[in-house]
Amino acid sequence: MRAAVIVFPGSNCDRDMAVALEAAAGRPPAMVWHKETALPEGIDLVALPGGFSFGDYLRCGAIAARAPIMAAVRAHAAAGGMVLGVCNGWQVLIEAGLLPGALMRNASLKFVCRDVHLAVGTRASPFTQGFGNGAVVRFPVAHHDGAFVADERLRVRLAEEDRVAFRYTDAAGKPAPAANPNGSTDNIAGVLSENRRVLGMMPHPERLADPALGGKDGAQLFASLAASLEAA
Amino acid sequence: MHETARKEPLRREPDVTQALAADHGLKPDEYQRILDLLGRTPSFTELGIFSAMWNEHCSYKSSKIHLRTLPTEGPQVICGPGENAGIVDIGDGQAVVFKMESHNHPSFIEPYQGAATGVGGILRDVFTMGARPIAAMNALSFGAPDHPRTRRLLAGVVEGIGGYGNAFGVPTVGGELRFHPAYNGNCLVNAFAAGLADADRIFYSAASGVGRPVVYLGAKTGRDGVGGATMASAEFGEDAEEKRPTVQVGDPFTEKRLLEACLELMATGAVVSIQDMGAAGLTCSAVEMGDKGDLGVALDLDAVPCREAHMSAYEMMLSESQERMLMVLDPEKEAEARAVFEKWDLDFAVVGETIAEDRFLVRHGGEVKADLPLKALSGEAPVYDRPWTETAPPPPLGEIPAIDPAEALLRLMGSPALCSRAWVWEQYDHMVLADTVVRPGSDAAVVRVHGTEKALAFTADVTPRYCRADPLQGGRQAVAEAFRNLCATGARPLAVTDNLNFGNPERPEIMGQFVGCIRGLGEACRALDMPVVSGNVSLYNETEGQAILPTPTIGAVGLLESLDQVIPMAPGDGATLMLLGPVTGHLGQSALLWELWGREEGAAPPVDLDAERRAGEFVRSLRDKGLISAAHDLSDGGLAVAAAEMALAAGRGVALDQRSDLPALGWFFGEEQGRYLVAATGEEAAAEIARAGRIAGVPVARVGEIGGDTVALGESRLKLAALREAWSGGLARLMGEDAAG
Repeated sequence: MRAAVIVFPGSNCDRDMAVALEAAAGRPPAMVWHKETALPEGIDLVALPGGFSFGDYLRCGAIAARAPIMAAVRAHAAAGGMVLGVCNGWQVLIEAGLLPGALMRNASLKFVCRDVHLAVGTRASPFTQGFGNGAVVRFPVAHHDGAFVADERLRVRLAEEDRVAFRYTDAAGKPAPAANPNGSTDNIAGVLSENRRVLGMMPHPERLADPALGGKDGAQLFASLAASLEAA
Repeated sequence: MHETARKEPLRREPDVTQALAADHGLKPDEYQRILDLLGRTPSFTELGIFSAMWNEHCSYKSSKIHLRTLPTEGPQVICGPGENAGIVDIGDGQAVVFKMESHNHPSFIEPYQGAATGVGGILRDVFTMGARPIAAMNALSFGAPDHPRTRRLLAGVVEGIGGYGNAFGVPTVGGELRFHPAYNGNCLVNAFAAGLADADRIFYSAASGVGRPVVYLGAKTGRDGVGGATMASAEFGEDAEEKRPTVQVGDPFTEKRLLEACLELMATGAVVSIQDMGAAGLTCSAVEMGDKGDLGVALDLDAVPCREAHMSAYEMMLSESQERMLMVLDPEKEAEARAVFEKWDLDFAVVGETIAEDRFLVRHGGEVKADLPLKALSGEAPVYDRPWTETAPPPPLGEIPAIDPAEALLRLMGSPALCSRAWVWEQYDHMVLADTVVRPGSDAAVVRVHGTEKALAFTADVTPRYCRADPLQGGRQAVAEAFRNLCATGARPLAVTDNLNFGNPERPEIMGQFVGCIRGLGEACRALDMPVVSGNVSLYNETEGQAILPTPTIGAVGLLESLDQVIPMAPGDGATLMLLGPVTGHLGQSALLWELWGREEGAAPPVDLDAERRAGEFVRSLRDKGLISAAHDLSDGGLAVAAAEMALAAGRGVALDQRSDLPALGWFFGEEQGRYLVAATGEEAAAEIARAGRIAGVPVARVGEIGGDTVALGESRLKLAALREAWSGGLARLMGEDAAG
């Protein structure tokens, strides 16, 4: 797997993402500065990491979505390339028009950092094909603006098209209201694009991809990506 | 209001008089010292510079002679106090760089920005030295839980710390939170940061080389923070500008860019010396660089990037705008330096140069605004040996009411003092950088040294109740508890930073608290081999004559050679609990007395530093021999609280035995020092621990067992679930929030 991590000036999970990608792919990803206008040749996956891309004093990700490199990211996605946006990365993908819906301030109005349980909503994507059937995994969240909001039409459409990649659940895999850390519609924690090759998600798989940190559920997502490329 | 006055504001500066000097916080004898030093009346800008350099915050004039008694050296110390932060060797050519600093008054006035800029300041202290910040902590003291200001301050301070640290990208992994009416009018916000650097790539503030450019980097200069406690802008005339808030506004995004730009710039070899602009901004940083390098500095303020129009020299020299750095650069590397600044879209400007003479020359608009002997600004600052009195002994310990031990435990664990802090640390990103091995809520947080198997442990501790009752024992105890938290996590303690928060030093009884605490800190740091490598003094923490509790916060750092040295806090099912350390049933100044009955009586628990050291080393030796599966230190609330915390971490009940030779409350809730609870890995291990204790000179007693769903204190019991509910919802109740949310 040849991956690239886009680095905005306020990205702060870029290194974490690179470590997890290298562990899965066996080679370090290219770190691509936001002022670049092209991706390196032959990139399979573009990852947009967490952080506060341009301070996020206005709408999170709104300025990053207009950075020079984003034209190349859009072209990569349009050509069927894989794109992963985590946390701030998902916010950027929504602002860039690559994923639907909106991410609003958490219902608690507070930043929230803790482990959450997630049910894998669909295995029909390169990101999730490696998870077990009905798998419940544990990833951390760390965000202030992670409430995914979809209107009724979008909510129904995402369900019909099987595009909800992850839902917040309790440890048993039930999408209970108390398990929803931010007030997201239908406990939605991650959404796929129509062609299923762009994923935006709030939880951080790269933060629990190493047993020394207390878990390695996150590594499955990156392993799944690497495996999908080998199969292709 | 004249139109012309708006376009060209008055440039007339007020005449410098003794009265104006007094408005700047300078005492008559201090002003006379300035007149003698210069042989003339200072200019307005010069007066501002003196007031900034000679105030308590920058000059340490009341504390200096006492701080000198603290141990600051050791084989592990690369750089002790006096630089932006302390530096300690952690082997393999690496160093940990750390410091703690207060932002008390600003946080009381404007909790979000006050706390946020406190975090920003301490992070800059660390990366100024070439270290990438890897961990942050904070020690917070607020007034009584039911005081009308407490909720707003707590909410704002926590949000501000998170708002800055989360965006900057440093994991906030630990700290302290306390409530006491003595902080009603004066909260404490002490911020700690630690960074990682290569031991041979550390940057200092001492300038070197004559004629080198002095470069300004970072955010623009505004009027924020100008003379917080000094100048009234009305002096400028009737068209005086609106009063600016004296609390600065933080911008973590600029700080993040400043961090990356500084580290990149340092890698190019362009940086000769560097100093962040903190308190008293440009004044302090320029003088510091010149003073340490035995050079003069000439500044041309026309080049300073300003956020506001018509700023005067006085304002620019005293502005405390955030996210700014001053550097001396190698002129031959200017092109590389420029490329880095431009990459990160940061303002930079050559604002002066180093000169050979001992002179601080400030020009603005073609005029000389200040022309002072540079060394005298710090070297000639006043130093006081303020009178002090011994602290009177606390009232004797009166009779203790009877209470069911389980009921007492439930109330203690649900109290604001001892309930779960998750409400706080879930608002902090404590996992960013993906190296947090032990998260908040344990004895000490553990952060892996990136790319290695080593790790660093961090803790912040002090028990102000003890410090007020007995400054000497309280000072010792602050260091001892930090030592204990590090040992309980399996770390070898390395060094400490101290953040000394006290009342008005001009009152002999407050100065007595300060002197006593310093003595205690010094003794403990020596006995436990934890030198003080950095620190900060915050005095005058009082409102209407009501001083805070003496609060010498200790931030401590320990080293784990490998991740498998970590000792967890959660024991397994069926584990046998062994108590290490003395048993006397000491209830004087205990959490039990204060939280249940509002009483602060009796002597503070004595700290036997030799025993403390033996016990700490003993815990690590048990870990090395594979005899224990978990450990936890005993502090507030004693044995019962420590056992309950282990039970909650394990998700299982615990049964503690009663002792026939002690009153139940003393046994379960006594706060004897130098104690740990450890979980033996089995029957044989328990016997071996007892044997090893006899040899090591550490008392060992088998006290109970983990298991079931009940917490039993002798015959008295309650359900673990009830305890968890009281404990986990404590802060949400205090904040008036739905505990379920």
